[in-house]
Amino acid sequence: MDLMSLTAVELGKKIASGEVTSVEATKAALDRMEQLEKEYNSFVTIDREAALAQAEEVQKKIDAGELSGPLAGVPVAIKDNMCINGMLTTCSSKILSNFKPTFTAEAVIQLQKAGAVIVGKTNMDEFAMGSTTETSYYGATKNPWDTNRVPGGSSGGSAAAVAAEEVPYALGSDTGGSIRQPAAFCGVTGIKPTYGRVSRYGLIAYGSSLDQIGPLAKDVTDCATVLEIISTHDSKDSTSVDRADTDFTSALVDDVKGMKIGIPRDYFGEGIDPDVKEQVLAAAKTLEEKGAIVEEFDLSLVEYAIPAYYIIASAEASSNLERFDGVKYGYRTAEYTDLHNMYKKTRSEGFGPEVKRRIMLGSFVLSSGYYDAYYIKALRTKALIKQAFDKAFEKYDVILGPVAPTTALKIGESLSDPLKMYLGDIYTVSVNLAGLPGISLPCGFDRDGMPVGMQLLAKPFDEKTIIRAAYAFEQSRGYKRPTALTERGL
Amino acid sequence: MTITDETIEYVGILAKLELSEEEKEQAKKDMSDMLAYVGKLNELDTDGVEPMSHTFDVHNVFREDIVTNGDDRDNMILNAPESKDGCYQVPKTFD
Repeated sequence: MDLMSLTAVELGKKIASGEVTSVEATKAALDRMEQLEKEYNSFVTIDREAALAQAEEVQKKIDAGELSGPLAGVPVAIKDNMCINGMLTTCSSKILSNFKPTFTAEAVIQLQKAGAVIVGKTNMDEFAMGSTTETSYYGATKNPWDTNRVPGGSSGGSAAAVAAEEVPYALGSDTGGSIRQPAAFCGVTGIKPTYGRVSRYGLIAYGSSLDQIGPLAKDVTDCATVLEIISTHDSKDSTSVDRADTDFTSALVDDVKGMKIGIPRDYFGEGIDPDVKEQVLAAAKTLEEKGAIVEEFDLSLVEYAIPAYYIIASAEASSNLERFDGVKYGYRTAEYTDLHNMYKKTRSEGFGPEVKRRIMLGSFVLSSGYYDAYYIKALRTKALIKQAFDKAFEKYDVILGPVAPTTALKIGESLSDPLKMYLGDIYTVSVNLAGLPGISLPCGFDRDGMPVGMQLLAKPFDEKTIIRAAYAFEQSRGYKRPTALTERGL
Repeated sequence: MTITDETIEYVGILAKLELSEEEKEQAKKDMSDMLAYVGKLNELDTDGVEPMSHTFDVHNVFREDIVTNGDDRDNMILNAPESKDGCYQVPKTFD
């Protein structure tokens, strides 16, 4: 039996019934990682011994009846921007290449309480800035569907690790699409929760008003199960919300009768690949056949989301990344003349080009004389984008559209032209600006056999509606593992 | 807008980054391109629209100022590139 081809919930059932132990499941994950990592590079850090020790601990608790729950004993991978006590946490940057946090991110603590076994930290774009996982200091991650292509980003390592069946599920983070887009590129499912749902404590900040942690897994059931565990009210995060409606698995119902689904006409204009368009519209048709009421409408303001997003995200990044100065943790330059020279040299040597680009842009738009023209203008635009969504949700329960205009790009294709890479975020960034929940799930393939993702959005805190719609759609399709794995007998 | 050498110098000071000549030229180009692109927002009439920093109402949350975490100094200092007597060590800042 191949344990790693199971979903997290299926594997959890086998562990709960005693058919498989957590140690066996963890070994299976670690062995597969060892076999595939040279090729895919999904991980920055793998700690075999620590993982097996955790698995033994967890198994003891399961045997003693102290630990039950759907994911007890199941291995998981964590994106490398979430702090774990004593475990290397690099944000895929040179500047944090030796950083071992003294505390653990709240979302990870919740998983640990539920019996998760952490097998490693996944690769990402440096400080989550990028859409391809190519900006990592530790090398690019490869897409398990086609190793000449990127896995998307910034949670590319998490998405690739799930698609390659190195782990059954992983945590990612999403600031402008960083869970949803890699999920789409790798043919897996991911949820970006409503802003405030999941504590950001211990998540190394990129754009604090936009960042959210969420799950990536093979199916909607796994994602809902993980989200139910990590959605908590946390006094250590001032934007964490206190809500009782976190029983997301109750929404795993195959019924969309009467559900009102709106498709933004302006999502299907210039720039979208015809295959992506066709597959996403076919998915909408499937939901219609299952009883949903599907209608096209004009969302408006779509082309203003990316400019507003890059101003706001870069501004917040320039402020958040001030803390990396070679004093308290991380890399410090070898030679320097004085304090300021040490700061400058440390940061210039420690950050990669994309991070520097965004820090520079952010510093500029916040500087006196430009603050109103750029930063405040972007915040006003954000208000208008939020209003456009509010208006749409007066009429529709769900907004359905593509995750990205194309399927996974070839490695190297977008690095030379940052603006081109940013344009690929057109359908995802507005969701973070408006604080909405979104789910990305596979809905078909393009002419080259690469997975196409669809995105379902709902109003704030209405994750259950998109979970229900996604689950209903998934029943008509099922999970498809990368054909490259099957062809190569992996 | 065109980004001048002076602007790049100034932004470098704000961002605490030391760029090579080659990096400066690239940064000038990248920032000009990006600002030209985000200038698109000027098409939008935003007069009278309140700038939105949070999408839902946030309010101050108060609690008693009780220390709940322990003294973790020794562990935290282990991450410092240089330390002395349990303190972070930095280059001399004045004579």
